[in-house]
Amino acid sequence: MSLWVDKYRPTSLNKLDYHKSQAAHLKNLVAGGDFPHLLVYGPSGSGKKTRIMCILKELYGPGVEKLRIEQHHFTTPSKKKLEISTISSNYHIEVNPSDVGNNDRVVIQELIKTVAQVNQLETSTQREFKVVLLTEVDRLTKDAQHALRRTMEKYMSTCRLILCCNSTSKVIPAIKSRCLGIRVAAPSIDEVCQVLQMVCKKEGLNLPGELARRIAEKSNRNLRKALLMCEACRVQQYPFSADQTVSEPDWEVYLKETAHMIVQQQSPKRLFEVRGRLYELLTHCIPADVIMKGLLQNLINSCDGELKTEVIQTAAYYEHRLQLGQKSIYHLEAFVAKFMAIYKRFLEEGIADIF
Amino acid sequence: MQAFLKTGNLGTVSKDKVDPGTSKGNKEKNKHVPWVEKYRPRCVDDVAYQEEVVVVLKKSLQGSDLPNLLFYGPPGTGKTSTILAASRELFGDMFKTRVLELNASDERGINVIREKVKTFSQQSASSVRPDGKPCPPFKIVILDEADSMTGAAQAALRRTMEKQSKTTRFCLICNYVSRIIEPIASRCAKFRFKPLTEDILVKRLRQICDNEEIECDDDALTGLLYTSEGDLRKAITFLQSATRLKSGDRITQADIYNIAGVIPNDVIDSLLTTCRFNSYEKLQNFVQDIMNEGHPASQLILQLHDTVVQLDELGDKQKSVVMEKLAVVDKCLMDGADEFLQLMALCSTIMQQFCCKNI
Repeated sequence: MSLWVDKYRPTSLNKLDYHKSQAAHLKNLVAGGDFPHLLVYGPSGSGKKTRIMCILKELYGPGVEKLRIEQHHFTTPSKKKLEISTISSNYHIEVNPSDVGNNDRVVIQELIKTVAQVNQLETSTQREFKVVLLTEVDRLTKDAQHALRRTMEKYMSTCRLILCCNSTSKVIPAIKSRCLGIRVAAPSIDEVCQVLQMVCKKEGLNLPGELARRIAEKSNRNLRKALLMCEACRVQQYPFSADQTVSEPDWEVYLKETAHMIVQQQSPKRLFEVRGRLYELLTHCIPADVIMKGLLQNLINSCDGELKTEVIQTAAYYEHRLQLGQKSIYHLEAFVAKFMAIYKRFLEEGIADIF
Repeated sequence: MQAFLKTGNLGTVSKDKVDPGTSKGNKEKNKHVPWVEKYRPRCVDDVAYQEEVVVVLKKSLQGSDLPNLLFYGPPGTGKTSTILAASRELFGDMFKTRVLELNASDERGINVIREKVKTFSQQSASSVRPDGKPCPPFKIVILDEADSMTGAAQAALRRTMEKQSKTTRFCLICNYVSRIIEPIASRCAKFRFKPLTEDILVKRLRQICDNEEIECDDDALTGLLYTSEGDLRKAITFLQSATRLKSGDRITQADIYNIAGVIPNDVIDSLLTTCRFNSYEKLQNFVQDIMNEGHPASQLILQLHDTVVQLDELGDKQKSVVMEKLAVVDKCLMDGADEFLQLMALCSTIMQQFCCKNI
């Protein structure tokens, strides 16, 4: 039994649930049997991957759904051995080069060249190009992105690239100018509701409109998250009731409590306790920037207008440092300490004003 | 199912094969060539707008010597096209044996410079072609995207460049001349490639439109000019993408903006309006919406910059505060900081500036 997310993933451009005009455009694009390099971007859970797979299916037929996992080995010039796993069908190969960290350039150079230098023998029955799908392009090093530039032009005849990322901010302009950018916006709350209703109907369940709306709002317009939440609700309680609690991930609850602790008391002792909780979160593999953002969302609600600006500036400052630095706990803790200082000062000023 | 489809495929193909004219197949293939390659200048004369280089290269075509070259300038101004066109004219059929092209996608560490480039440059070149016509007695090494070469690799070039000057010319191409080490730069004749002017861009684009028989609004061309910022390659790619997407329909300005990822102006305007309300919650929701729509933060900052500069509402001092924050945020984004937080920081600064004035 597969998850609803996978079970009800649309498999052709005609069946997509939203952004229909874009789907029509994409169909036009592929109809000619060919397309330029694509750069697909949008927030997570908006359906980038679904669209890419639909395009591939439109191009090559159902053969693309026969996937296999392969291990590739590379050696860097400094004789370091790299290993990376790829998912491929007969027609395309998917790889996440940022898996190998700083050595992603070697992977890009070697992998794309090996794929691209193989000409299809019989072009009459097949497309004359293969597709290389690179995910998380925004996490590629600058080196690797530069390596992509000329490769993209040189092997145009035998290979198309589809790049997939969350934001194009970190993609160098040279690559952007060589690709057709496709923005996939997150579905609106209504669209998420519709999809939820449709999935439940297919499952033979009855989903109250209010609950659907609540799930959609909680998911932050992330369709994948919404579907997973909905399925979790189903496991929890069925038949659905309109006022059923939508369970949140336990780390979010934990984070909420941590934020509450910070607001309650500002002292070195409390800071020490908070540090313990932060470590707890980090050891459970919650990314540091997610923790930072979650803390901020919760903390900011208990601040006044003027203070909010100051807090958000601090958060932005420390989050930037977090990206530059090595150990995330320092920066998280620094942010908490700074927040405590700001908040305490604000409280004391408030008291002074009263007297 | 698959077998069925395959036979279906073969059926249609065999029909094609029956067709005696292979021209159809060729045409089909040509349709898929990127226009950037299709309309790459074939000879030096075709190169648009870069007179100085053209004059020097033309002299060398007429038989005089060629210096080592260093081309620099923004992307899409024709640097690679120029040198490729020139060497094609110089060597004709011998292009493959006389030119070594290395770019960032090739391995270009110090070892490659020492071995590959050195061996290549040590080969002697005769001054006659196999068919007896005269040709220049040197080879060309093109180092594309030279600014992404390591300093060590560049240093390894120094002596090679001088020693082999009899038989080899180097042409380095880069975006930023400051990333080329001084000793190399001083060994080359430097040429700056200017960003193309609007009328030249329009002329080229019109030419392509006519060739490809595309209907294109004047507005759409203006949109192309605005989005491409003097980068001809970008403009052509956008044009081709738009044509593909619309498949025969008229291309409008909105299509171009859509493809280029430009954020609609009303989004920017309503962002500023939201800032004026001085309400953190509204701002947060709005920024979250923008992020959910998938607009990249870097693009937003770029457009916000244009808008804020022209805003009459803010004084010079306030604008300068916003601009400073803008610069900081841009740098942070480059470093990989979270987009939402950085945008919130920026917008809250703008909000402050709006509201300070009212007090």
